[in-house]
This record gives sequence, C-alpha cells and structure tokens, in this order.
Amino acid sequence: MRIVERRGLWFAISLVAMLPGIIYMLWSLTTTGRLLPLGIDYTGGTQWEMRFAEPLNLNDVRQVFTEAGYDDLTMVTVEDDRTIAVKLKVLETTEKEALAARLTERFGAFEERSYRSIGPSIGSEVSTTALWAVVISSLLILLYLSWAFRSVSHPFRFGICAVTALVHDVLVTISFIGIMNWIAGWEVDALFLTAVLTVIGYSVSDSIVVFDRIRENFRRYRGESFASIANRSIVETAQRSLGTQMATLLTLVAILMLGGPSLQKFMATLIVGIVSGTYSSIFNATALLVAWEEGALFHREKRSLTSVNNQAALA
Amino acid sequence: MRNQAVSLVAILLLVLAGVYIVFFPSEYQPAWLQRSVVPDAPRNLLDLKLGLDLRGGTQVLLEADLPEGQALADGAMSTARTIVENRVNGLGVSEAVVQAQGEDRIIVELPGINNPEQAIETLRSTGQLEFVDPAGMPMQQGMLINTTNHPTIVTDTISAGNFDPQLAPYGNQLFETVMTGDILRSAIATQDQFNQWQINFELTSAGGEQFFNYTSQHINQPLVIVLDGRVLSAPIIEAAIRDSGVIRGQFSREEAESLGIQMRYGALPVPLQVVDTRTIGATLGQDSVDRSLRAGLIGGLAVFIFVLAIYRAPGIVTCVALLCYMILNLAIYKLIPITLTLPGIAGFILSIGMAVDANVLIFERMKEEVRNGRSIRLAVEAGFNRAWPAIFDSNLATVTTCAVLFWFGNTFGASVVKGFAVNLAIGVILSMFSAVFLTRVLMRALLNSGGRTMLESPTMRGY
Repeated sequence: MRIVERRGLWFAISLVAMLPGIIYMLWSLTTTGRLLPLGIDYTGGTQWEMRFAEPLNLNDVRQVFTEAGYDDLTMVTVEDDRTIAVKLKVLETTEKEALAARLTERFGAFEERSYRSIGPSIGSEVSTTALWAVVISSLLILLYLSWAFRSVSHPFRFGICAVTALVHDVLVTISFIGIMNWIAGWEVDALFLTAVLTVIGYSVSDSIVVFDRIRENFRRYRGESFASIANRSIVETAQRSLGTQMATLLTLVAILMLGGPSLQKFMATLIVGIVSGTYSSIFNATALLVAWEEGALFHREKRSLTSVNNQAALA
Repeated sequence: MRNQAVSLVAILLLVLAGVYIVFFPSEYQPAWLQRSVVPDAPRNLLDLKLGLDLRGGTQVLLEADLPEGQALADGAMSTARTIVENRVNGLGVSEAVVQAQGEDRIIVELPGINNPEQAIETLRSTGQLEFVDPAGMPMQQGMLINTTNHPTIVTDTISAGNFDPQLAPYGNQLFETVMTGDILRSAIATQDQFNQWQINFELTSAGGEQFFNYTSQHINQPLVIVLDGRVLSAPIIEAAIRDSGVIRGQFSREEAESLGIQMRYGALPVPLQVVDTRTIGATLGQDSVDRSLRAGLIGGLAVFIFVLAIYRAPGIVTCVALLCYMILNLAIYKLIPITLTLPGIAGFILSIGMAVDANVLIFERMKEEVRNGRSIRLAVEAGFNRAWPAIFDSNLATVTTCAVLFWFGNTFGASVVKGFAVNLAIGVILSMFSAVFLTRVLMRALLNSGGRTMLESPTMRGY
C-alpha cells in the first residue's frame, strides 16, 4: 500500500476542505471585523424564544418590536410556526417586561421557552478566554505528545505533526460553520467552543493511535524505511480507526436526529470535526511526519531526487 | 485461576452495587445516597440531579458594579454572597445555588421559579435594614411585613418565588419604619458571662439621639429589626439606649453571627449588576429530557448492534462490558452527585461511542496476533498488553481538553460547557478501566468456560 507516497493528493484534499473556512474568515473579517459569526455568548445581546397559542406571522411580531423602538433584530421560527426566537440587544428587566406586555396584548399569553441576556463586556471576555482555551489545549497536547514519544528520535516532530492535524480539523469545522452561516445564518455559541475542543481531543487521540503503532513498528522492523513503516502502521490501524469512527458517529447521529434543536448545531459540528479528525490523523499527521523525515513536502521518486541533486551540484 | 474467580466476583459485586445505586427506588436507599434527589422537584426516571436547562429555571451572573478606579474592598464579595444567599433562601426556592465566581462575580441558580425578573431584582436590590414599630402585633423571626420604606414587599416577594404566604400574616398592613440601618456603627456577635450568644451594637452619634428618643418612650415594647421586609429579630426594649446596646435571646452561635452580619451589612457592600441571565422554561427542559433519552437509547442500541455485527463473540463481551460501564457511569453521577445538563447527556452518550474504542483497539490487536499465528489464549493477552499504551495516551489527550473546557466553563458559570467536560472526562477515564479490567476478565472467563473453540472459529471471531 502506498499511502504516504500520495501525500500530495491528501494535502490537496485537505486544502480544499480548509479553503471555505479561510475564505469565510477573511470575508467575515472585512465585513464585520470578526473572524467568526459570533453569537450572543461572545458579543452580548438577548435571545428570547417564546411559544404562542396560535400560529403567527413573523412580520406582525416584528412590527410589535419596531413600534416599541427595537429595530435591530433577527427573528426566526423554531420547529413550528407558533414558536419564535428573537435576537436583539441587551434588555433591562423593565424593557423586557414592557415588551412582554405588548406581545401578550397583541397575540395573547405566551410561554417563555428560554431567555438569555448577556452583557457585551462579559461577552468579549468570553471570546478572549475561548481563544486562550484553544491555544492552551494545543500547547498542552504538544508538550504531552513530545513527552509520550520521548523514546523515539525527534519526539517533538510527533507533537508538531499532531498539532498541525488538529489545526486542520479546527479549520475544517470553521469551513463547515462558515458555509452554514452563508446558507442558514448559523452562529457560533459556547457549545461551538466545546465542539472544537472535543474535536481537538478526538483528533489527537486518533493521531496517537497511529503514532503509537509507528513507535512500536520502529522497534520491530529495524532497517525498514520510515515511509514503509508509516504505511504499515496506517494499514494496521485502519480497521480500528474505522471501527471507532463508526461507533462514535452512530451515537452522534442519533443525538443529531433525535436530540432536538438545542443540540443540533453542536452535534453537526462535532460530526464534521470528528470525520476530519480521523482523516487528518492518517493523511495529514502521519504523512507530514514522513515528509519531515524525508525532507520533502511531496513525494519524489528516488531517481528524480538524484537528478535534482546533480543539477544542484552542477549549478 | 483463583485470581480469575476473585476478579469475576469483584466485577459482579461492583455491578450489583451500581444497579442498586442507579435503579433502586431512592426512598428505600440510605440517606447518604439520596444527595442527588431534589425534594420538591418532579421525579425523573433515575432520580438523577438535573441542571437548569433540563428542569427549567433561571441562572443569573451578578458582577460587582464599581465606579471607575474604585477597588473592591477585602471581603466585600464574600459578604455580598452571604447576603444574596440569605435573600435567595428568603425567596423560598428549593435547591437554589449561590456561588462566588472569580473575584467579582456571583452566580445564582434558581430552579423552577414563576417570575424570574422579580426574583433577580430582589437579589440585587441594595437592601435596607430597618427598625420597625410592630404597632402591638406579635412578630416572629422569618415573617414578612410591609414597611413604610418597602410598602409592597409582601406581594412582590410572593409573586416572585414560592414564598409561603403563611409567613406574611399581616398581608397588606403597613408598619412604620422608625429608623434605618445607617444609625448603626457596628454590630458583632459576642458571648456574655454565661456563655450565651448575643449581639453587641454601637450607634453613630446622630443615630444615638434618635434611638434614645424612641427607646425611652417604648420601654417594655418590642422593636422589630427588619431586613428587606423580613423580620430578623424582635427584641423587647428593656432600657433606653443612647450609644451602645445588646440584643439578647436564645441565640445559637450561628444565629448570632448571622444576625450580626445582617445588621452590619443589611445593605450590599457593593452594588451588583446583572451581566448574564438565562431562563429555560420547564416544558422546554422536559422536551430535552425526553428527546435526549430517546437519542441515548437509539444511539446505544445502534452501537451494540454494530459491535455485535463486526466483532461477533468478542462483541458479546464488549456489549456486556459496555452495559456494566453505563451502569457504573450512572452510579458515579449519583454518588458525586453530578448535575446533568443537556450537553452533559451528549457527553455521556459520546463517551459510550468512545468506550467502544478501547475495546476495538484490543480486538483488532487480538485478531492481528491470531493472524500472525499465535494461539487464541496468547493472542488475547497480547491484544491487551499491546493496545494499552495507545489506549492510555490517546485517552489522556481527551482528558486534557476536558480539563481546559472545565476551566473555561468555570470562569463564566457556563454550566453547559462544564457539564459536558465533566461527563466526557468521567466517561473516558471509566472506559479505560472498563476496557482493561472488565473486558479482560470477561474475555478470560469466556476462554476458560469453553469459549475457546468459539473464538477459534473465524466466523465467530469476526473477520
């Protein structure tokens, strides 16, 4: 099996998967000044979900808010046409009560499904801490891997390659969120960070399983080339990767389909990230490790390598 | 052989204990096991402790609201927390939580209240200590009365929470506020010569004059000490008091100290502002419980079928180990006790998928060893030994990210994030135990009880 030899192809696939995320971040940065479509957890604001007795028209509801002086708001229906979610600026208690009174007067009593109001200052603090959380996790993992693989030569490389793979997975989840933002207006909430960190943990777990096999095969097949040990290790762990992947995905898909709207975005993000995590542990982390060992990002046949050297020598 | 038997018995006992903890109706369990049971909350399937997003309720994050450049005084936040806690208890909400969060924040969780806005206002109101004339009515600690400074507090409180109206016997009657707390210079719990607890208080010079005028005219009548409409104490005036006095009663040490603090700090030492509110309606919570339960059942079932289809005989062992794993996991939730949130349930379900991973690693390894020509018995042992480093290293990576998530969730009172991290971490750690102990002992038992022929057939081993 020649897997790491085709790494040019694998890297190209990864690039295609990461590209929407990168484009999205650039686009978002220029239009909104933020890298991601941040929800109220990070920006501050109010999100209010209410269920009325009768189906109602969104425009009528919007009108009530506009009449009360709230223009900047988004409104969607949730699940059925009598449940609506409104997103607007931070409300004071008195403002909320006044709005609730207006809504009740116009459409009758409603059930407050959920209400969330978060101040802008704490929101920006949450964003900073969230960024730190991702950076700290990556660093901890880098350190931990360098330690766990201390018996092999270049333990640091294993850490760097696993972390590169996890950065790839984070970018792929951002691609997903970006595309979903363009299509359906998805925003990221505190659970998105949870999803990203879980994906990080999972991606590294996957990389470690392959790396562990490389570590073991090193001892067993002394004298074999690094690339062939890597290939061997990938093939040997492939069944396990697929088995685990399937078991995990089965549970995630079950929650996605049956868990209700509160968890849908969280689960969808996790699924994308976890699939990407398995891919990247094999096709990025391991392939990068080989690339580093061989000193060439893309695979070159032995012959062409010599000719390149000759030319270099001639010049 | 004997070790084998001991291990099997140990597993059996452990699982039985788990079954007892998880499934046995809690009214027949000893009291120390009932910590996860919420007295007034509607009972749920396994009597697990449910978070606000599943039960319905309100969570508020309060932050010290100081003017620019002003530093927070030492102990101000812990005093504020005590006061907020007293007010929460005053609302009559069962299982409320009041916790300090970081240096200048307090998090308050109020499960199942009717009017969250009103409750929040009560908590963060500056608060006022008053000395009230009882107008001849008998007063008891804990009663709620309207005073001239708080004329509508009785109706407000009753509509905000679950306050027992019997504690407000005087309904809409209005009592006169004679003096407010700013006449006090200090109030502290001390012991007299008979070791009885009492509160010594001193008055400011202006307040002393006022206090003297009132007390000299009302000797042998009670003076009611009221905080935010709630009667703290109703001592009888024994003598006219000008600059310092003593409140005596049958106080325990805690009562005296609490009364001292409340007299001193009736008002919050720092203004608090609401920086984050979240309210979840009870029906949405119930919806979430039902849905995640169904998702968990179907997801778990799908995993079982998958494992059986792929791994056949070892798959049966895995399923038994997984069942034990789930029971032990739930038992841990009840023992700690863990507060279940919706993402927490997702974390638990996800950890079932991940628990399969360790087993898969081991069985794949075992199959390889068989292919390399080892006997079944040796292959089983080699499978466990060789798979262990990968299991340990990879699970530790997940635990690391869980730790970071927990830290993040803890900083902002994001109990949903925290719940997910805790449950996933518990699950992952327990899954390692389940793989190397439960699965291993069960596999050996299978080998010894005639399962060898079964495992030797490729169909049953699952190629």
